Amino acid sequence: MVSVVATHGSASRAEAPPLGGAASPALDLSGVSQAFALDGRPLPVLEDVSLSAAPGEFVALLGPSGCGKSTLLRLVAGLDLPVAGDVLVRGKAVTGPDPSRILVFQDPTLFPWRTVFDNVALGLEAQGRLRRDRGQVDEALALVGLGEFAGAYPHQLSGGMAQRVSLARALVNDPDLLLLDEPLGKLDSLTRIAMQAELVKLWQESGFTALLVTHDVEEALILAQRVIVFSDRPARIQAEIRNDLPYPRHRDHPRIVELRREVLTLLGLGES
Amino acid sequence: MSTIALQNETTAPAEDRIRWRPIYAALLAGGIWLALSALAARLPDAAEFGYTNEFAIVAGLIGVALAIGSIGGDRTGPLAARLRSWSPWLILLGSFLFVWELATAKRLWLPMPFFPPPQAIAEVFVDDYARLFDSVWHSAFLLAGGYLIGAAVGFVSGVAIGWSKAVGYWAHPILRFIGPLPATAWLPLAFFIFPTSWSASTFLVALATGFPVTVLTWSGIAGVNKAYYDVARTLGASNRFLILKVAIPAALPHVFVGLFMGLGGSFAVLVVAEMLGVKSGLGWYLQWAQGWAAYANMYAALLVMAIACSGLITLLFRIRDWLLSWQKGLVQW
Ligand SMILES: Nc1ncnc2c1ncn2[C@@H]1O[C@H](COP(=O)(O)OP(=O)(O)OP(=O)(O)O)[C@@H](O)[C@H]1O
Ligand SMILES: [Mg+2]
Repeated sequence: MVSVVATHGSASRAEAPPLGGAASPALDLSGVSQAFALDGRPLPVLEDVSLSAAPGEFVALLGPSGCGKSTLLRLVAGLDLPVAGDVLVRGKAVTGPDPSRILVFQDPTLFPWRTVFDNVALGLEAQGRLRRDRGQVDEALALVGLGEFAGAYPHQLSGGMAQRVSLARALVNDPDLLLLDEPLGKLDSLTRIAMQAELVKLWQESGFTALLVTHDVEEALILAQRVIVFSDRPARIQAEIRNDLPYPRHRDHPRIVELRREVLTLLGLGES
Repeated sequence: MSTIALQNETTAPAEDRIRWRPIYAALLAGGIWLALSALAARLPDAAEFGYTNEFAIVAGLIGVALAIGSIGGDRTGPLAARLRSWSPWLILLGSFLFVWELATAKRLWLPMPFFPPPQAIAEVFVDDYARLFDSVWHSAFLLAGGYLIGAAVGFVSGVAIGWSKAVGYWAHPILRFIGPLPATAWLPLAFFIFPTSWSASTFLVALATGFPVTVLTWSGIAGVNKAYYDVARTLGASNRFLILKVAIPAALPHVFVGLFMGLGGSFAVLVVAEMLGVKSGLGWYLQWAQGWAAYANMYAALLVMAIACSGLITLLFRIRDWLLSWQKGLVQW
């Protein structure tokens, strides 16, 4: 395992959690394996993955397409159970979904029969607190810049707008653990940069633990305190890169540029 | 430069053409209805028919209205504009009535008791409206009861079968075995088992409605994208929420296909049940008219039935459009 640590002296984020210091980490996977059946044969997808995240930490997962990143997030969300290993959240084994852990899916999967507002309100409605917390829906919509579209139906949105709605749908629940599966994948580069800044701000304000899957190396380095690089399927942890640069980070910072080259080499794209 | 000039030359007459064609069509329609009126009033009837003059007067009034609407052009207001937009159909209808009037009342080309002239059918509406109205009322009452029961039971059982594996295990073979049987096949048995012919007919209508609604609701629920459940579950949805707020709305387009099929099937069963068992309703009226060789009454009842069935289908389309307004590209009725 390669371990790279980027520290930036005194400017380090003050509340950056010490690795493995907390009594019960926000997230703890140990020896997790997952396999599916494909054409009657077993398809191992995750193999002996162990990782943990401290409360309030921002961790990014990088890896080749199809290696098992979404599978990992489904395990943490409690939508599937692993074939081997333990998934613990705050010291407790995950047995099913819970609104304190919200997954923003790779595909927005908005409900076409609900307006944008009602889609975002889904979690509050399901938990029976929509009446009380209605204002939060409007706030979340404003945050993703879609306040005007509250009454629109999903078929009236662009792909990137739909993705922002699904992000708002997650944020409105004020989760402890936010699982993000390429949440900004369909956005144009300008909106994307703006949303990255929003995400960082939100994370700093609300203090949730974030697990972000992304294809964009730069995005991982801009957002996360720790970047975990997975191997090809079955996914194993190949490298772990710590990045303690202060926020807000700039993509042309020499340290980011350097780390970027490093990660690309790990992913086998060194020279391109 | 030359292209712009060319465009101007070609667009101006095109606009004129679009504006003028409906006016000529309305004028033609008016002429045809006036001709129909003249035919009815001037040519003597070949046999004894009532209401020929009244028929001529109504046709004449329609013809005059069309002529005024066309000559008056844009000054005659929105009603005349609507009328003009229907003028191709009014041309066809007027021509059809003209030929019909000529072939029956005036020349007797068609065998008589079987093909009455248009005024004879109009006469039925004037003279026998009480009985017709009563029949419509009885049919509507029977249909509404049976359809609502069948739709409700079909919907609930469809949801149960689609949602629960255990219910599906028992219901699936039964539906496959008994479902394809036409509801009319149960008719003798139903009239024998049920205490009244009315309850038997309600059961049959409900059966004809319930089967397609059950099957389509079930397939709709079974076909719901599993990702919707994942999303709702991570947001803290209970099973109740998953059924009521995820599965059912997602399946609703299928449910409506079932409701449409059920409505069509229920019309068929209703008419047969009224002919064979219940001594009231439009089906019974049809048979009664045939028994007395009152063919004009039969045509009148068919016309009423067509209007009623089409009205109900339109109503169901409206309800669907209202409930499924989130869907794009709905079929317009
Ligand atoms: N339900 C399933 N049944 C069978 N195979 C599955 C299932 N879900 C995922 N897989 C397989 O598991 C592997 C990993 O899938 P996963 O969606 O986790 O990849 P990923 O790392 O998120 O890829 P990407 O970056 O392209 O989104 C894939 O090869 C996929 O075919
Ligand atoms: Mg994925």
